[in-house]
Amino acid sequence: MMELTNPLLLTVILINFFTLGSARLVACIRIVAVQGALLALLPLAVHGFTAHAMLLSAGALIFKGVFIPLLLLRAIREVRIRREMEPIIGFVPTLILGALMTAGAFLFADFLPLAAEHHDGLFVPTALATMFSGFLLLITRRKAITQVLGYLMLENGIFILGVLLSEALPLLVEGGVLLDLLVGVFVMGIVMNQINREFSSIDTESLTALKE
Amino acid sequence: MFGNLVLHLAILLIFAPLLLGIITKTKAWFAGRIGAPLLQTYYDLARLWRKGFVFSRTTTWVFLLGPVIGLAVPLLASLLIPFGALPAPISFEGDLILFVYLFGLSRFFTAAAALDTGSSFEGMGAVREVTFSCLAEPTMLFALLVLTRLSGGLSLDTLFGEHLISSWQSEAGASLGLIMVCLFVVLLLECSRIPFDDPNTHLELTMVHEVMVLDHSGPAFGMILYGAVLKMMVLGALLVRLAIPWNTGWWLSDAALFLAGLCVLAVIIGVVESIMARLRLPRVPQVLIGTSLLSIFALVLVLR
Repeated sequence: MMELTNPLLLTVILINFFTLGSARLVACIRIVAVQGALLALLPLAVHGFTAHAMLLSAGALIFKGVFIPLLLLRAIREVRIRREMEPIIGFVPTLILGALMTAGAFLFADFLPLAAEHHDGLFVPTALATMFSGFLLLITRRKAITQVLGYLMLENGIFILGVLLSEALPLLVEGGVLLDLLVGVFVMGIVMNQINREFSSIDTESLTALKE
Repeated sequence: MFGNLVLHLAILLIFAPLLLGIITKTKAWFAGRIGAPLLQTYYDLARLWRKGFVFSRTTTWVFLLGPVIGLAVPLLASLLIPFGALPAPISFEGDLILFVYLFGLSRFFTAAAALDTGSSFEGMGAVREVTFSCLAEPTMLFALLVLTRLSGGLSLDTLFGEHLISSWQSEAGASLGLIMVCLFVVLLLECSRIPFDDPNTHLELTMVHEVMVLDHSGPAFGMILYGAVLKMMVLGALLVRLAIPWNTGWWLSDAALFLAGLCVLAVIIGVVESIMARLRLPRVPQVLIGTSLLSIFALVLVLR
């Protein structure tokens, strides 16, 4: 099944780049949903059609691929935003940073003391690169919704690592990861609504300014 | 050797204008029109050749040099690359650098010819063209570097040679896929197609390539048109070879396979032009930096 995982993981990295470079929120949400759905195929590709793997991938598909993106799309329909206007660092510098971090992840993964069967694959570098891209998105964007996307991407990276460990890791922990995420999205949704109601914009910069 | 050279040039000179016809037909089909005939570019070239030159009094010899170099460069460059399985007539170590910078030379003279007219619009077009293509250059070079790494040679004939089939089947297949996307973007940019430049627009403020050649007329404009289609075929040949790496063993079937690949490529360009809108000018450099990063990433993948 290795021949299926490599293109899958490469597409995941390409989606990271796209999200870092794109200003259109709807496109970003959709593409991150696609990323989640692709990752849902990963447990099946690695472990074959076992009950555990099927449960994992069904859960990932429903949460990452369908449910959370729908929530986010609804949220942006309600607050009526389409574009990330002014990121703290511009799109091109973020893209370059993202590429540097991806290259760094590949170099770094070579130095890690991994199990022999994971040493040559794309798994660990892709997981690290996706996590770094998620961090970058969290740090550089102003809109709360893009930050949620960054968080999602970060979680996708953790999921890739989780797939490698899922033989050893109990199902409960995986469920916990997904639940965590859901709570995170809910909290962000509430925060977003709150910011929108109070300040009539969902720019998180407004939160740092004091007001009488 | 000599027969190879003649065959190479004959394929290039005869079939290049057909590609433009196929693109136009595809676009017309998407729009539900009948469209211009497939051979329209040949008619255009014949018509332009019969006309006379018109020179502005402010222009100098540089103005005529632009089209001449624009026609000569793709001809020279075509000799360095294999057409499908047909080997390149001229091949030496390091000719990939010459290949990339031959196009730089033609760009310089096209831009110089545009500046020579003294028109501010043409200056603007020259600035855009030079900016965009200097951003496209790293993409091209990194893509060729990936192939250098995979093949272990330094001539374009080796780069696009026998190793491609085994490379596609190995781990490096992903990198080859990535650089195919990158080279396709470079092709669209260099041939000034949508989404980077609209070949049909005649509004000076939005034109890139078209605005530089506004003042050329008659045979000079014909040379520019012919040079543009030759360039498209030369750059397309790289993509076709990457996608169809097989040798059939007989020169006629090799040539037929190559031309069929080019026709498919032309249809793909037509489809891209039909379904995409033109990018805003500030977005173009962003896309190009993105493809440069992609090709660097492809290089990282084969280097590890």
